[in-house]
Amino acid sequence: MAASPNPAPGQHDRGSAGRLDSIFVPEPLEITESAVGSAVDAALAAIASAGDSAALKSVRTEHTGEKSTLALLNAELRNVPGDQKAALGKLVGGARGRVNQAFAARESEIVEAEAAAQLAAEAVDVTALPSRVTAGARHPLALLQDRVCDVFTGMGWEIAEGPEVESEWFNFDALNFDADHPARAMQDTFFVDPPEAHLVMRTHTSPVQIRSMLERELPLYVLAPGRVYRTDEFDATHLPVFMQFEGVAVDKGLTMAHLKGTLDHFVKAIFGDEAKIRLRPSFFPFTEPSAELDFWHPTFKGGARWIEWGGCGMMHPNVLKAAGIDPEVYTGFAFGMGVERGLMLRNDVQDMREMVEGDVRFSQQFGMVV
Amino acid sequence: MRVPLSWLAEYVELVPGTTPEDVHAALVKVGLEEEDVHTFELQGPIVVGEVLEFVEEPQTNGKTIRWCRVRVAPDGERAADGGDAVRGIVCGARNFFVGDKVVVTLPGAVLPGPFPIAARKTYGHVSDGMIASARELGLGDEHDGILRLAALGLDAPVGSDAISLLGLDDAAIEINVTPDRGYAFSIRGVAREYAHATGAVFRDPVEQTPATDASADGFSVVIDDRAPLRGKLASNAFATRIVRNLDASKPTPAWMIARLKLAGIRSLSVLVDITNYVMLELGQPIHGYDLDALRGGIVVRRAEQGERFTTLDGKERTLHAEDIVVTDDRGPIGLAGVMGGAETEMGDTTANVLIEAAHWDPVSIARTARRHKLPSEAAKRYERGIDPTIGAVAVARVAQLMVDLAGGTADTGGSLIQTTPARDAIVLPDGFVSRIIGVAYTNDEVHDALAEIGGVLTRVDGGFSVTPPAWRPDLTGREELAEEVARLVGYHRIPSVLPVAPPGRGLTRSQRLRRQTADVLAGSGSTEVLSFPFATESENARFGSADGSPVASVRLANALDQSTPYLRRSLLPGLMAAAKRNRSRGLVDVDLFELGLVFLPEPGRAYGSAELPVGDAKPSDETLAALDAGIPPQPRHLGVLLVGERIAKQPGQPAEPVGIVDALDAVRRVALATGAELEIVQGAHQALHPGRTAELRIGGRVVGFAGELLPALAEEHDLPRVVAVAELDLDAVIAAADPAVEASPTGTFPAATQDLSVLVDVGVPAAEVAAAVREGAGELLEHLGLVDDYRGQGVPAGSKSLTFALRFRAADRTLTAAEASEAKLAGAALAAERTGASIRD
Repeated sequence: MAASPNPAPGQHDRGSAGRLDSIFVPEPLEITESAVGSAVDAALAAIASAGDSAALKSVRTEHTGEKSTLALLNAELRNVPGDQKAALGKLVGGARGRVNQAFAARESEIVEAEAAAQLAAEAVDVTALPSRVTAGARHPLALLQDRVCDVFTGMGWEIAEGPEVESEWFNFDALNFDADHPARAMQDTFFVDPPEAHLVMRTHTSPVQIRSMLERELPLYVLAPGRVYRTDEFDATHLPVFMQFEGVAVDKGLTMAHLKGTLDHFVKAIFGDEAKIRLRPSFFPFTEPSAELDFWHPTFKGGARWIEWGGCGMMHPNVLKAAGIDPEVYTGFAFGMGVERGLMLRNDVQDMREMVEGDVRFSQQFGMVV
Repeated sequence: MRVPLSWLAEYVELVPGTTPEDVHAALVKVGLEEEDVHTFELQGPIVVGEVLEFVEEPQTNGKTIRWCRVRVAPDGERAADGGDAVRGIVCGARNFFVGDKVVVTLPGAVLPGPFPIAARKTYGHVSDGMIASARELGLGDEHDGILRLAALGLDAPVGSDAISLLGLDDAAIEINVTPDRGYAFSIRGVAREYAHATGAVFRDPVEQTPATDASADGFSVVIDDRAPLRGKLASNAFATRIVRNLDASKPTPAWMIARLKLAGIRSLSVLVDITNYVMLELGQPIHGYDLDALRGGIVVRRAEQGERFTTLDGKERTLHAEDIVVTDDRGPIGLAGVMGGAETEMGDTTANVLIEAAHWDPVSIARTARRHKLPSEAAKRYERGIDPTIGAVAVARVAQLMVDLAGGTADTGGSLIQTTPARDAIVLPDGFVSRIIGVAYTNDEVHDALAEIGGVLTRVDGGFSVTPPAWRPDLTGREELAEEVARLVGYHRIPSVLPVAPPGRGLTRSQRLRRQTADVLAGSGSTEVLSFPFATESENARFGSADGSPVASVRLANALDQSTPYLRRSLLPGLMAAAKRNRSRGLVDVDLFELGLVFLPEPGRAYGSAELPVGDAKPSDETLAALDAGIPPQPRHLGVLLVGERIAKQPGQPAEPVGIVDALDAVRRVALATGAELEIVQGAHQALHPGRTAELRIGGRVVGFAGELLPALAEEHDLPRVVAVAELDLDAVIAAADPAVEASPTGTFPAATQDLSVLVDVGVPAAEVAAAVREGAGELLEHLGLVDDYRGQGVPAGSKSLTFALRFRAADRTLTAAEASEAKLAGAALAAERTGASIRD
């Protein structure tokens, strides 16, 4: 009540008198224009001067509650003669309406002002708020591998996988590596103990070629991503464990032109529309003809250029035969690339060791996007 | 293979001004990949000088230097550096005489190092240049004094350019030779390829020297191979020639030293240098014997198992029955194709030499070189296959060079064994090459390309019959010929055509869910790492088994790091190492996960296959099944590790340390990502805190563990006391998860919520009480959440108060409070029956 505004001069007495009357002189009121008018005036003045919702609430009780003058005048209607009922009823009803209207208007003003004040009081420094989630990240190699898979599944290819401890037959013999082929020695293979058991850490994802051809129906368009192993010492450009993806297609009428077309499409998807493929003659036991593949890297840091990225070729007929496929009817092509090198070339990673150390700062540069 | 350009130019036309880069660019087109360029890294002026006089001056450091006057330009002319024709030079060596012609590096010259030469004050004189040694010029390893031209048999006018005089202006390209192209390990082969690439004229070095004729009195050679390997004789070509009355002390000429040096071979002596030179030139390895040290004729045979032989490096070797030995009357004198013996080696006093040019079985040599760990230039060539028809020319070329460079006379004839089988012709049907390559080659293009590489073609019905050249043992089928055509015509002719694959099914369910799991974990704050899967025995024993029972591990026969020869059984040690590395770099709050294979052989089981099927035919289904059965199980696991604070202290936010809660949350995210219904129950694992371990199950099967590391184990690995970890067999989780969700209707009638508090023994897991309440309350119970676990005042000792928030809903009506209460009480009643829980008022 301390917040109640002072009543206007001249009104205070009437209001007080009315209230005092009602308390101390409970005699019936007479419905007159002046009695109604002064009650309305007092109510409107009190409404206007109410400064907050608490004050307004007490004003409401005082001027429209059941002990208020207007309520008592309204109650008095029961006692007026019938011929005056309509006119006096209208007089009192109109007065109550005016007061209620004024009350509603003032109430919405106050609610609005109070809401605004609350919002102002609730303001925070958005740059100083705590965060309850930490930043996580996929490994960029995994992200890049996923992207590569998406490019190929988009072309209708499927993704195949195989074991990392692999039988030498799948890793070498079925891929046309003769037991004494110099290429078999050049692979720098990790052998599982005892070597006579003929188990190796797969040196490439190519054994999945054979597994796919043995398990799937023809025609076959499959990409095999995964980890592979070579006994390379660990340095800035070599890892003993790294990721590769290998593609293999077997169909009627496939040629080296289809190999080139597939790779062209792939490098454009990963390196942009200006990227393209160049093939150079090479040798792999499981392909004939074989090629090294270079691609034109349009956004290479330091200038667009041709960059070597993997090997490819037409599947050697002995490889098809190992999977029971007739090379007179079907031809196939295969290609393989390293994911680490792809990441180095695409995202300017300088040192391969960063990819395996598990330092969270490395992956967090990428977050969920490579 | 390193190819000095001056040497290459002898056998193929090199346009003047051709740079090493030009040669590389040409060769890469035909498949010889660029590796490097080698030069002597010298810069002039380096000139021929003449020592006019010198004074020996002993120094306080005990050395004696020579203060020389050296003429470096003809009288009346300026020297190449613009200075005086005669100048003072300090020289530390004392192996020269007045009047000697020497090599003088003048101020402004640069020697390999780089070591720039300038006039400088030394030993009290200004030395205006330097007299060079062979080693300083990069020409050899000798450091017993300066290079005297006379010692190389050279003379040249004072002031003339010594760089060109010594062949030091040459450069070599280095190319990578693929294993099928043994012939490219020779100047001959590279020259031929350069001709293919550029169209330049090729002069075959084999045609430049007349072959040695077999003569009746040629040196006796017998091939006595009683155990051919894989059906191949030890040797079917063996040529010899004898040169007599040689002077082995003659110097190797500078040009030969320079070429050998650029090719990567050190000059040893004139006779040895010539054998190496001819090997590089023709690709035919040569062995020279001191004829006077030989006892009787040569017999080639397989070694006796366990036979001993000392190679010329002084090591005694125990031979294998597959090794081929060259013997004379006393026994082995050479390990064929790999290394000779010391007793018959050519030396400083050798006067008479037997030159051998043999063809050895490639497989035998490859095995011998590997078995005895003796990779050599000769073995490298034999393994890949040499031209078996050029032995008689090779020995003639060696004889010619020996006569020219070391005096002596060559016998007119030699001995020759040549039983090389004729090459099989390959029938190449018309259109075959186009069918493989996708280019419409004409028959003329096919013919010309194959003729150019040395093939002999005849027209047969509907195609060509192609006999490959002797130097191309790699050409064994139609596909190889197709590559030759594509290569010679050029790979640039191949168009780019995108094949249309049949409609695919996208990622498999497992691939999709694995990716989703990784994405969900990363999206909720975890960082993916990829660790090497190598482990120690104790890591596998500790983490690879929950209850400590003995485990088996895959062991590598040739691990890089001898301390980690095993393959991991658990992802946790790798994650711990990564966490430790991060912490050592100042990143103390770490949340990591890894998806990768673990290797879980069963104890007592032998894996692998003793015998492998052949490569070029499909094995039987049983054989394939046996191969697969021999591969140890290697499921894909998911590992999670958190350490430090999960939420850092921030304004209005206290720090939240990690704990088992975070490991379990990660597990719940995996369940969310895979759709698996994972059950979390109290568990035990020997690497985990005994009171803070959860066993993770699906349908009763254990698929993993979550909890906190045993504190002592964490501290042992330099990690803080609390390390939250989880490891799941993700393959098993995905396999057990329901592949398709069966949806039930979401009711829209109002819910009724009630709380239920029960008192229960502290030893009873909350989940058991919850399960009983859920079952007892029946289908009206839509959701149950544990909101409090209270112990202390008001609760009897040994008991705890569990409060559940229950939400009830009926599918077909608005529930009354009475119905909800009835269901709640039914739940409480079952909980009381099963767990002894009593309702707390």
